[in-house]
Amino acid sequence: MLRTRVIPALLLRGASLVKTVRYGRFRYIGDPVNTVRIFNELEVDELLFLDISATPAARPPNVDLLADIANECFMPLGYGGGIRDFEQARAVFDIGFEKVAVNTAAFEKPELISRLAERYGSQAIIGVVDVKKDLLGRRHARSHSGRRNSRRDPVEWARELEALGAGEILLTAIDHEGTWDGFDVALTRRVADAVDIPVIAHGGAGTVEHLGEVVREGGASAVAVGSMVVFQKKGMGVLVNFPERDALERVLGTTQAGGLR
Amino acid sequence: MTVTIVDYGMGNLGSIRNMLKRIGVDAVVTGDLESINAAEKLLLPGVGAFDAAMGRINAGGLREVLDRKALEEGTPILGICLGMQLLTRSSEEGELKGLGWIEARTRRFPPSRHLKVPHMGWNLVREARPSPLTRDLPEEPRFYFVHSYFVDVDRAEDSILKTRYGVEFDSAVQRDNIYGAQFHPEKSHKFGMRILQNFAEL
Repeated sequence: MLRTRVIPALLLRGASLVKTVRYGRFRYIGDPVNTVRIFNELEVDELLFLDISATPAARPPNVDLLADIANECFMPLGYGGGIRDFEQARAVFDIGFEKVAVNTAAFEKPELISRLAERYGSQAIIGVVDVKKDLLGRRHARSHSGRRNSRRDPVEWARELEALGAGEILLTAIDHEGTWDGFDVALTRRVADAVDIPVIAHGGAGTVEHLGEVVREGGASAVAVGSMVVFQKKGMGVLVNFPERDALERVLGTTQAGGLR
Repeated sequence: MTVTIVDYGMGNLGSIRNMLKRIGVDAVVTGDLESINAAEKLLLPGVGAFDAAMGRINAGGLREVLDRKALEEGTPILGICLGMQLLTRSSEEGELKGLGWIEARTRRFPPSRHLKVPHMGWNLVREARPSPLTRDLPEEPRFYFVHSYFVDVDRAEDSILKTRYGVEFDSAVQRDNIYGAQFHPEKSHKFGMRILQNFAEL
């Protein structure tokens, strides 16, 4: 039985952990390394670090910080943010991260995805699809941490990332991010149905019920959570936490892998 | 007593060494043939593609050293993830022959809408037969897996742990001094620590 992964997605800005709403309105959360220690104690499944200020500031990954983080973790780690070329990705892998997430660079140099997948294996490459609705309510894939509209349809773009060699899709509904109101289930379903690789739903988790919903109805293979694991409750102070295992088993239960032990 | 982690250019060496350090086991990472030849225990990591790995191992004399250590000297050796797949005869992923120390083949998970490949995430294991590598695991042992190919042993007795992902496959194997773990102990916190501790104490 494969347990559906529940992955804290921690947003970095420089050397600080922050939280955003719809990728804006940055709020300071704390020191990344301390936060990681807590998640380590909580024995979370996996951690994803996203530096959403890197590409807009044309900054490469902060390898020193990432090395400190990697030293504290005994679970899988992924990093995304500002990875523009093979060497930068390699530096992240050499530190001990399992996976890199690539968004903007994939639009500009799609062959980067293929090269990385060939060298490190598809399972090490997360293709990021950040989605935002335009004024007419149409959804497009965005680059540059949500700032630029690629005009590509999210489903098409996810398919293309899969064809290039990405092993997973991180599907972020920017409009839902930080809102605690639930995932974009319909969008997740469309993307999950279109690709054979796992889709990690991201953006909007507020309750464990939301997690169950996006897996059951949206076809997500994993969920990334942000606000839920760094704040006590919506509108309240910082408290690094993780849902109880019993609660997760209740809503996530047996996944599509089926079968009892 | 030191665990020697074989550096042939592919694998999560830092993380493995970190976990060994955390549990108080001396570990050295090296690609130097003399050091590998003198090792008391060997760890063969691996992340990436089968042929790329075998190509590197076959080059420069590493293959001969490993064969001698494993098959003649009986040095305990643990292959992790791709490292376990390299222990088999061959893989559907590549053209080159594997080390062939375990009678088994490495096969691809059949892709399907319902069972995504790679098998990625935490999954449960069940004991196929007791082994020093897997003793005293915490309750409901689970490990982190990430792989698109799985090992299928010829002889049932070589399988020590099994895991279900559509098919039931061998998630850990042992033949005499040769061990393999398909999951990543270095990414499986307390469960992985027990496995590495057991290996260190062999």
